[in-house]
Amino acid sequence: MIEVIDITKVYKIGDQEVRALDGVTVKIDEGEMVSIMGPSGSGKSTLMAILGCLDIPTSGQYLIDEQDAAKMRENQLASLRAHKIGFVFQQFNLLPRTSALENVMLPLTYDGTRPRERMERAKQALETVGLADRMNHHPNQLSGGQQQRVAIARALVNNPTILLADEPTGNLDSKTGAEIMALFQLLHKEKNQTVIYVTHDPYIARHTNRIIHLIDGKVSKDEMIKTPLVAGTPRPDDLISDGNGNSRQEARQ
Amino acid sequence: MNIFNNIRVALRALLANKMRSSLTVLGIVIGVAAVVALLSIGQGATSGITSSVESMGTNLITVSTGRSFSPGSGGQSSSGTLLFTDYGKIAAKVSGMRAIAPYYSSMDQVSTTNLTSNYTIMGVTTDYKDATNQVIKDGRWLTAQDNASKSRVVVIGATVATDLFQGLNPIGRKIKINNSQFEVVGVLESKGTMGFLSGDSNIFLPLSTGYAKVFGFRATSQGKYVLSGITVSAEKADTVDTIISQIENVLRASHNLSLSDDLPFSVSSQASMLSSLSSISDTLTALLGAIAGISLLVGGIGIMNITLVSVTERTREIGLRKAVGAPQKAILFQFLVETMTLSIIGGIIGILLGAAIAGVVTYLGLITAKVTADVVILSFSFSALIGLFFGIYPAYQASKLRPIEALRYE
Repeated sequence: MIEVIDITKVYKIGDQEVRALDGVTVKIDEGEMVSIMGPSGSGKSTLMAILGCLDIPTSGQYLIDEQDAAKMRENQLASLRAHKIGFVFQQFNLLPRTSALENVMLPLTYDGTRPRERMERAKQALETVGLADRMNHHPNQLSGGQQQRVAIARALVNNPTILLADEPTGNLDSKTGAEIMALFQLLHKEKNQTVIYVTHDPYIARHTNRIIHLIDGKVSKDEMIKTPLVAGTPRPDDLISDGNGNSRQEARQ
Repeated sequence: MNIFNNIRVALRALLANKMRSSLTVLGIVIGVAAVVALLSIGQGATSGITSSVESMGTNLITVSTGRSFSPGSGGQSSSGTLLFTDYGKIAAKVSGMRAIAPYYSSMDQVSTTNLTSNYTIMGVTTDYKDATNQVIKDGRWLTAQDNASKSRVVVIGATVATDLFQGLNPIGRKIKINNSQFEVVGVLESKGTMGFLSGDSNIFLPLSTGYAKVFGFRATSQGKYVLSGITVSAEKADTVDTIISQIENVLRASHNLSLSDDLPFSVSSQASMLSSLSSISDTLTALLGAIAGISLLVGGIGIMNITLVSVTERTREIGLRKAVGAPQKAILFQFLVETMTLSIIGGIIGILLGAAIAGVVTYLGLITAKVTADVVILSFSFSALIGLFFGIYPAYQASKLRPIEALRYE
């Protein structure tokens, strides 16, 4: 379980103070599948950085499995990232010239796993994402969807408390994107994995059970989705986005 | 993150930019090779000088005019005139000598029927051979009879024999020194490459013949014959210092000098000459090594430069590694291993190249270079330290990157 309590994040740009987060309180239970949604500048990337222990808030508390990460030093945060967080990025961020298997093994080299065990776990993770037959391929030999699967395997390999996905389908075509969404839903359902999506796209967000809307660094709405979209469902008319990533709904406002 | 994994990651990163890595390694290779080659050549030269001085004969004492070899004497003092009669007095009054050999030397023109060249002509007595450990290769040495009768005979050094007669047997052949004709009666064994100390480039003739036929008025002072020097060989090594002070006393008495006057002669033992020569040679070796060290330093700056570029290029990779849990010290270590790998590979190749250069110099017969374990260990550890030293800054920069910024770096 993770919980952020009244966190703020203030950046100083010259003399000006920018409040990227302004008193956000959110509680996410184990096994939830949540979206954090908002337009650019809403603070969702800042919140993701804090949830992912890549950054600490200016004030407030961040409890992850009852530890307060808000006051931690860099090396303690690194240890939390190694053991409790899995990241999936829009740009995949795989190491080039390195096999899929070794990419997946990377987090295990930093969390104290024994070398013999690393390979076993990495193989299992690749099997989970359906890439058992591509283990020795390098990223440039894999399609975009396959690369993102490798990245998901890498995020899963250390059995993280939370899986953070930052626009994971942003660089993929809609069909491949749907496959990736299906994979996340499967992981959530079968492994009871906590998944947090960060996206600007309401259609993507609609695939999760809960959408936390952020605007100007504040939670504007926290809605539960009773029937999430099943991956592969065509985009409903009201959620067709324009070129700027804003949906028609938002554009109309 | 174990060390082998680190080295594997480092090698992969270095192989990804083969051209860049090999140029960086080349900087270290040149530096280390220069250090190894120059230090080996310097050490070879030092031991060459040492062995050639030692081959002149142990327990050797040299009396000469003016210039002193003893360290700390302040260079040249005012030179006196060493007379032939001084030799007589020393021979008569000083005890403990195995041999005493006076000599006069000059540079003169020497010609055969078809060659003319300049050589050092040494007028010596028969004792000179024993005092300086000369060995006859062909023919005979000068005799007391030659001196008494002012015979026109010469014994030539090994280099002179090859130069003048080019493979022909010199014994019995005639040479002209300042237009007087002489017969070659003997050839000396070569003593090594240090020409001015061995007799290889010298022509020896009886001192009395020299005064009469070759040296002329150059070798007289106020009607008396003068000497360039006297070589004394002590019977035992532990009497060398006693003999030196005895000789100094004789010379003071003979030239009417009191104890407070500066002695215008140098009386030095081979040991002191050896120590001053090898200290000069050591200084030169250190100087050469330092100059070569500068190129190693430049190579190290090359490593630092390329690693800084690499850190910038791989900012996202660093961000990713941090995002999946790499602590700062793992990133620091990763880049340090890369720079150390570069410098150690450069160090190994450089040592091989430097040893090869030293080998070529030896093969060409210039100087017998000595590649010692000291030099190899010194340059290897120096190059590894260079990698460590110049790697620390870029590696620290990499480890300090904030993960969130590094991940978003474009």
